[in-house]
Amino acid sequence: MTLLAIVMSGFVIGVLAPWVVRAIGGVAGGRAGVGAGWALAALPATIACFLLSHVPGVAAGRVLSESFPWIPGLGIDLSFTLDGLSLLFALLISGIGALIMVYAGRYLAGHPHQGRLFCFLLLFMASMLGVVLAANVLTLFVFWELTSITSYLLIGFDHRRKEARAAALQALLVTGLGGLAMLAGLLLMGHVAGTYSIPEILARREALQSHALAPAITVLVLLGCFTKSAQFPFHFWLPGAMEAPTPISAYLHSSTMVKAGIYLMARLTPALGSTELWQWLVTGAGGVTMLAGALLAMRESYLKRLLAYSTVSALGIITMGLGIGTEKAIGAAIAFILAHALYKGSLFMVAGAIDHETGEKSVDRLSGLRRSMPLLSIIALASGASMAGMAPLAGFVSKEMMLEATLRSPLLGWLLTGSLVLGAALLVVVAALVAVRPFFGDERPTPRHAHEPPVSLLLGPGVLAALGFLVALAPGVLADPLIGPAASATLGAESHTHFKIWHGLNLALGLSVLGLLAGVGVYATRSRWLGAASATRRLDGMTPTACYHGLLRFVLVFAESQTRALQTGRLRDYLMVIFISTTLLVGYTLFTRVDAPTFDNLAPFYWLDGAIAGLILLSSLAAVTAKHRLLAIIALGLAGLGVTMFYVIYAAPDLALTQIAIEALSVVLFVLVFRRLPDFRSLSTRAGKLRDAMVALAGGAMMTGLVLMATAFPHTESVASELAARAYPEGHGRNVVNVILVDFRALDTMGEITVLAIASMGVFALLNLRERPRTSPIRPHAELRP
Amino acid sequence: MQVLIAIIIGGIFACAIYMILRRSIVKLIMGLALLGHAANLLIFSAGGLFRARPALVAPGETAPLAPAADPLPQALILTAIVISFGVIAFMMVLVSRASEAVGNDDTDLFTATDQ
Repeated sequence: MTLLAIVMSGFVIGVLAPWVVRAIGGVAGGRAGVGAGWALAALPATIACFLLSHVPGVAAGRVLSESFPWIPGLGIDLSFTLDGLSLLFALLISGIGALIMVYAGRYLAGHPHQGRLFCFLLLFMASMLGVVLAANVLTLFVFWELTSITSYLLIGFDHRRKEARAAALQALLVTGLGGLAMLAGLLLMGHVAGTYSIPEILARREALQSHALAPAITVLVLLGCFTKSAQFPFHFWLPGAMEAPTPISAYLHSSTMVKAGIYLMARLTPALGSTELWQWLVTGAGGVTMLAGALLAMRESYLKRLLAYSTVSALGIITMGLGIGTEKAIGAAIAFILAHALYKGSLFMVAGAIDHETGEKSVDRLSGLRRSMPLLSIIALASGASMAGMAPLAGFVSKEMMLEATLRSPLLGWLLTGSLVLGAALLVVVAALVAVRPFFGDERPTPRHAHEPPVSLLLGPGVLAALGFLVALAPGVLADPLIGPAASATLGAESHTHFKIWHGLNLALGLSVLGLLAGVGVYATRSRWLGAASATRRLDGMTPTACYHGLLRFVLVFAESQTRALQTGRLRDYLMVIFISTTLLVGYTLFTRVDAPTFDNLAPFYWLDGAIAGLILLSSLAAVTAKHRLLAIIALGLAGLGVTMFYVIYAAPDLALTQIAIEALSVVLFVLVFRRLPDFRSLSTRAGKLRDAMVALAGGAMMTGLVLMATAFPHTESVASELAARAYPEGHGRNVVNVILVDFRALDTMGEITVLAIASMGVFALLNLRERPRTSPIRPHAELRP
Repeated sequence: MQVLIAIIIGGIFACAIYMILRRSIVKLIMGLALLGHAANLLIFSAGGLFRARPALVAPGETAPLAPAADPLPQALILTAIVISFGVIAFMMVLVSRASEAVGNDDTDLFTATDQ
């Protein structure tokens, strides 16, 4: 029950969050948000503590799992498992979640929708926990989609701003479409493996990889992962999502949302990994994303956008490591996940704190803040150094590990290493821009008077920055027990990954120093590069972002044009579509599926019948062609009379009686009602009449064919003889038709009476409808169009 | 005989469809009335066409004497006749009120839903 409780508690508390904020507001007044942040942080903190208590057990190889039947018929269980990989991610999600709750409480204190923010954050956290703890691919997918929806709500939190709505929609569409592709991949995978349970799928690597569908599965699942984890060319939604308030960006983009794709790639590596296709796709996407993200960051000067592009770059590095797939590379990727979550979460919160206290977002207009915010500047420097990959911090160790992995990569080793050094150098520039530049130099005036942020804004970044030191300096405490089991779970075998700070004087260290120096060099000469970087904006018309907007426009234009074409508003057009499609579909089935009738048991032909048939057909035709209303009504009545005669001949006296009564009533009603309407006019053109006549003739021919085919079937014994035999003994009526109506099918008849009653009420109401004075007289349709 | 019935049914259907496709709303309703006849005949012919006795139980008997007509399609059609009358009566009144409101009987002008 514990894992289920961990996942579900977030949903429950999340829904209650707005009332918590209101209740605390009743006690604490204007500072309700701060208090609520501390109070609600208790849930993720509790979850994190629980997970921490499982670290030694999981490190010793114990796996916690539980399962509840959900939709047994479809093989969907609500099953969860806690192994090394899940533990690392769940710990990041809940731990950083707790810090974010405290931070958000202060950051948005007094915001009218703060309760809603807490609600979305907790729902999102619960969905993320569901993703990383799920042990069934379909359960995983449900939570995966929940993260898409909740992140949509979070990114669009400032829903009054157009940009925020557009960014939220963009994130939802990109990740949602990727999710659909992934669902197809997961279903195929479950089909091939014969199970939807993740541990069982992972155990069936051979069967999966030898199957003909293996490439399709790989590509589809990776599409989902790449869109979610902002891999090139789907990276553009992530910087767009910076429209959200900073606590949201910090949470979504440091440790959670964007890591979901990484998590799934890592999770499925034992089953799908290390094929050639996987290696090329994942390594390639990762490498390109790393460089693209780092290069695009060079054009930015807003704190959060700088961090967003550097996140894209870091996600690329992690993906690249997973793609290479060696023991070292996977270990490095896992270590990078941990290091990145720590420093990026911290830096986002630092950026938010700067914005919150100074009202300034651009690094170009910030300077000398270290005097007014000494504590924040220390935190920023520590996290920035980790991001730049300087010792003795987590970022340094993970970068070393990644460099060693690329150097020994079986695939394009030197190319990857070169790209990684370049990417790392550019990340140094970003780190310097974010963590050094705002704090040093001369003090500059800011929109708001700069001062040290309060504790609740410092706690989150401070703790994460301190953890950056802790995992690097004392790896045995936290890093090794987390990274080792996670890497083993990803590798599908025992991994000997250790978070070592000193690897000796080797090539990796040299390259690391080279990257650092290059980065410092680029930063020092940044003003010269800026022009070149801005010049690339001319190419923005060809970027994936432009493709996305083009595609969105195309969909909207297409939807509008086809709606206009199909929804004309004219009844005739809709009826025409119905008649033509019915005729074609039934006609096609008749011709292809049914044998031609044989006509060997035809009833004899009588001249009387022929005469009646002639009467019916002629009067129907007369009704169609009549130029005057009265003529048409009389012709219609004659046709009805002909049908009545048929009923008389073929032994249906009840039908005949009813029909003739109804026919008389109809004629009277027609004359009474239509007396008030204008006489017939010729409204259609010749071509229009011809077209309608063709449709009508085709429809009539189809019905004739249908009747002929139907008569070819032998007349089987129906329930009728049974009904006839029981009518008198059980129904006590001599007229079998009547007994059927009022006895055997009495419920039907009651329905019929109800219909008639309602119709007559409608008629009565319509006839008594008083004309109300209109404010706007109804005009003909032509004038309604603008 | 079945061929003749098939032709009648097809003919009425064709006339009905043509009338329904007219722009005059009066013809639309007349077309619906014709459509009802065609559908009833279709069901009627499916019950088998032979000159038989009506499905009535003569005094002293407990079941209709063979050969008796199939009572089931007749019961169904009876319901259908009455229902279609109800529908047509309602539509006639509705249409006459609607065309008073629009000021025309051309269905092509009946395009705005809320006025």
